[in-house]
Amino acid sequence: MSSVLFDEPGPRARRRTRIATGVAAVVVLGLVALAVQRFASTGQFDAELWAPLLDPRTEEFAQVWAILGAGLGTTLRAFALAASASLVLGIVVGAARVSLGRTARLPLVGVVELFRGLPVVVTIFLAAEVLRLLDSGTSSYWALVAGLTAYNSVIIAEVVRAGVLSLPKGQAEAGLAIGLTPAQVMRSVQLPQALRTMLPALISQLVVILKDTALATVVFNDLQDLLYAGDRIRISLDNSLQTLLVVALVYIALCVVLDRAAVWTERRLSRSRPTAAPAVAPAEEAVTRV
Amino acid sequence: MDPVLENLDLFWGGFVRSLGIVLWAFAGSMVLGTALAVCRVSPVPVLRAVGTGYVAVVRNTPLTVVLFLFAFGIPALQVNASFYVFGVAGLVVYTAAFVCEAIRSGINAVAPGQAEAARAIGLTFGQTLTQVVLPQAVRTVVPPLGNVQIAMVKNSAVVGAFGVGGELFSVATRLTSAQGEPRLPVYLGVAAFFLLITLPAGALLARTEQRLAVAR
Repeated sequence: MSSVLFDEPGPRARRRTRIATGVAAVVVLGLVALAVQRFASTGQFDAELWAPLLDPRTEEFAQVWAILGAGLGTTLRAFALAASASLVLGIVVGAARVSLGRTARLPLVGVVELFRGLPVVVTIFLAAEVLRLLDSGTSSYWALVAGLTAYNSVIIAEVVRAGVLSLPKGQAEAGLAIGLTPAQVMRSVQLPQALRTMLPALISQLVVILKDTALATVVFNDLQDLLYAGDRIRISLDNSLQTLLVVALVYIALCVVLDRAAVWTERRLSRSRPTAAPAVAPAEEAVTRV
Repeated sequence: MDPVLENLDLFWGGFVRSLGIVLWAFAGSMVLGTALAVCRVSPVPVLRAVGTGYVAVVRNTPLTVVLFLFAFGIPALQVNASFYVFGVAGLVVYTAAFVCEAIRSGINAVAPGQAEAARAIGLTFGQTLTQVVLPQAVRTVVPPLGNVQIAMVKNSAVVGAFGVGGELFSVATRLTSAQGEPRLPVYLGVAAFFLLITLPAGALLARTEQRLAVAR
C-alpha cells in the first residue's frame, strides 16, 4: 500500500497509521452503532416492516415485487428509448456543430447552450407542456422520454464535439486528401475515432439518464416507474424507510452494472490501441517535418 | 409571457429562496466533499473505505431517491425537520460525492514529482497534502468542481419540484394550479430564472478555466 502522497511506511509511520486506523474504526463503528441503535429504538428492524420485501413466505411478497418489477420495466424502457434517442441526436448535433461554418452553426450553438443551462426537471416539464399543446393526449411516458432526450442529446453533442476536436488534424486532412467529402470524413474517419475515445464519457452520461428517469415520480403523477412503484408500496405497507432503501439498492445495482460496462469497454479499447497508436504518431510527425 | 410579468414579484421571491437553497447546498457539499476526498487519499485504510463506499453508493443513487429517503425515510427514525432542511441535506449528501471525485481527480493530476519532493524533504502526509499538493490541485480542480456546482444549481430544481415551499417551483405550482394560469409560459419563466444563474456561472467558469490553463 503506497501512493505518491506518502512513503512506504517505516515503523513510526506504521504505528501512527495503526493508531489512526484504530481511532477511525472506533469513530466509524460508533456512528454505525448509533444508526443501528436508532433503527432498533424506533422499531425499524421489526420483521413485519421488512418481511413483505424480503421474505417470500409472506402473502405481500409476490405482489410487492410484481409492482416493483412492473415499475422497473417502465424505468428501463424509458431509459432505453431516451438513451438511444439522445445518442443518435447528440451525435448528429455534435458532428454538425463541428462541421458547419461560423455563422451557420450559430443557432445550433444557441440551442445547445440554452438547454445545457436548464435543469432536467424543467426540460421535462416543458417537453410535457409542448407535447400536450400539439396533442392533448400525450402520455407522461413520452413526455419523460422527450424531456430526457432534449437535455441529454445536447450534453452528448458536447461530448462528441470534444472528441472530434481532440483528434489530430492530420486525420481529417488525410481523409480530404484522398478525395473524401467533408461529410464522408466526418462519418468514416472522425466520428469512429471520436466515439471510441469518448465512450467512457458517453456511458457515464447513460448512467445519468438512467438516474434521471426517477424524476418522473416528481414531475408526473401517472407514470409508474420504479420509484413510483416504491412510493405506492411504502404508503400502503407503511414502511417508508425499508421500501425506499430497497428501491435505492435496485437503482444502485442498475447503475453499477452500467458503470462496470463502461470500465470493461474502456479496458478493451485501450488494449487494442497499442497497435494503432504508433502508426498514427510517426505519420503526424512526418507531416509537421515537411 | 403575461403570467410571468404580472407575477414578477412572486417569481423574484421564489428566485431568492431558490438561491438560498443553492448557497446552503454549495457550502455544505464543499465541506463534506473535501472531507471525503481527504479520506479517499489518506493512508488510513478505514477512512479510504469510508470515502470509496460513500462515493460508490451515493453517486449511483438518483437524487430523487435520496430526497425521498430524507423526506420519508428519515422521519421513520423519529428525526424530524422541515422539508427545507431535508431538501438541502439531501442535495448536500448527493453533491458531496461528486465534489469528492472532482477534488480527488485534481489531487491525482498534480505531478508526482511534487509529492515526491515534499516527501524527500521530510514532510508528513498532512504537510504534503496541505502545503504542496492541495494548493496546486486547486487549479486543476476549478473546472470540474465548477461543473459539479453548476449541476448542483440545476439539481436544486429537483428539490424545488419536490416541494420545499416558496421557491421557484412552488411559485409555478401555485400559479398554475391555484390561480389557473397557463402552464407553458409559467414554466418558461422558471426556466428563464434558472438560466439567470447557470448561463453567467458557465461563462465565468469558462473564463476562469482559460486563465488557469495558462498557468500550468
